[in-house]
Amino acid sequence: MFKRLHDTATVTITVDGQPVRARIGDTVAAALLAAGIDHCRTTPVTGAPRAPYCLMGVCFDCLVTIDGVGNRQGCLVPVREGMAVATQIGKREAGR
Amino acid sequence: MAAREYDVAVVGGGLVGAATAWGLAREGCRVALLDEGDRAVRASRGNFALVWVQSKGLGLAPYAGWTIRSSDAWAGFAAILKDETGLDVCFQRPGGFHLALSEKELEARAEVLKRLHNQPGIVDYKTEILDHSQVARMLPDIGPEVVGASYCPLDGHVNSLRLFRTLHQAIHARGVDYLPSHRVDDIQREGGVFRLLTPQGEVRAGRVALAAGNANMRLAPMVGLEAPMKPERGQIVVTERLRPFLNYPVVTLRQTDEGTVMIGDSKEEGTDPARITLGVAATEAERAVRQFPLLANVNVVRTWSAIRVMTQDGFPIYDESETHPGAFVLCCHSGVTLAANHALTVAPMIARGALDKALVAPFSARRFHVQEAA
Repeated sequence: MFKRLHDTATVTITVDGQPVRARIGDTVAAALLAAGIDHCRTTPVTGAPRAPYCLMGVCFDCLVTIDGVGNRQGCLVPVREGMAVATQIGKREAGR
Repeated sequence: MAAREYDVAVVGGGLVGAATAWGLAREGCRVALLDEGDRAVRASRGNFALVWVQSKGLGLAPYAGWTIRSSDAWAGFAAILKDETGLDVCFQRPGGFHLALSEKELEARAEVLKRLHNQPGIVDYKTEILDHSQVARMLPDIGPEVVGASYCPLDGHVNSLRLFRTLHQAIHARGVDYLPSHRVDDIQREGGVFRLLTPQGEVRAGRVALAAGNANMRLAPMVGLEAPMKPERGQIVVTERLRPFLNYPVVTLRQTDEGTVMIGDSKEEGTDPARITLGVAATEAERAVRQFPLLANVNVVRTWSAIRVMTQDGFPIYDESETHPGAFVLCCHSGVTLAANHALTVAPMIARGALDKALVAPFSARRFHVQEAA
């Protein structure tokens, strides 16, 4: 759906264990959208799929698990080489 | 505008008023429920939602029995509401804990329970003191600082916002007239009929039940009653939704049916509900993390403060007026815990026109006048 304007230096993160290339300076949410990933979480109550929406820290639709910590806002976290991102399935587990 | 006439006018659209109005409608009364507008202090929207027994009754033994009566009636009450509205208020009664973070706290807890159980006429509600390993069997995520707890099998909790909504849906279905923005300015009695004067006009009723929380202090003298109140502020911290990890409510902390963790139970004097004091919220959060270390990196999504409805001695007031027959007052801190009593026990008394002294005489406001009560 989205195309890069420029190719620049990249890092590699994993999403649910699969390697994904991202641009340095991307937020996690931007990297997921650029990689064509159509949802990053399911809701805690009905389990409906959700994707990043506002991209500015307000809507909380881009929640993902990052390096083992649940319910992180993907649009506020810059990617880093080797970062492990996982789909946030429903409610977060306390302690993770 | 012609005055509207009812069998009973209930003043106060919170949990106590709505439960009472529903109970009255079930008895066949034509009921008006008068509420304030959006700027009212809404204790029923801010509470912690425990249906709680342990600790109740120290200083007034019949309060323990009264609380247990409601706790025992709660499952049936929730079932009737579900039957009438299709809504589940998520009542659960697994028993509840009061955690101690030091030996001193645990000793103080045991001492309170001993004094409570030593009162004449007390109903034993089987609260036990448990040590760390006994608590850990039921609450596996407690931290090492939890030295023990008191546990009472009668304690439980609900979704209190859903209870509020369910009661309002139930009274609507039973034909109660809910009248918002009807702040009562005065109550007069003429020829056996109460005239409730509001900015929206006059409401007439054969009986009047005051259930307006701390505002009962202002309303009760209009009908020859009194309601000495001492409002208290409490603050609550709410986390993001988490997968279920806590199967029992703790007096200061509970996981709701929807996954959030509510942390609360602070007490401050003060009647400004809009004020949050960070020191209090931080202390609540810090104790919560010592009780359950897995909460350490959990996100807080909301905090709020609310005013507790509290009588001057903390015990409920149920009274009927001698000078204005047909006028009743209901005040209590525990609008959630006692909702089943208000709906199923007190409302039928008001419908019959007289309080049952065998059940509620100890809760008369006459206790505030030592000579009269003696």
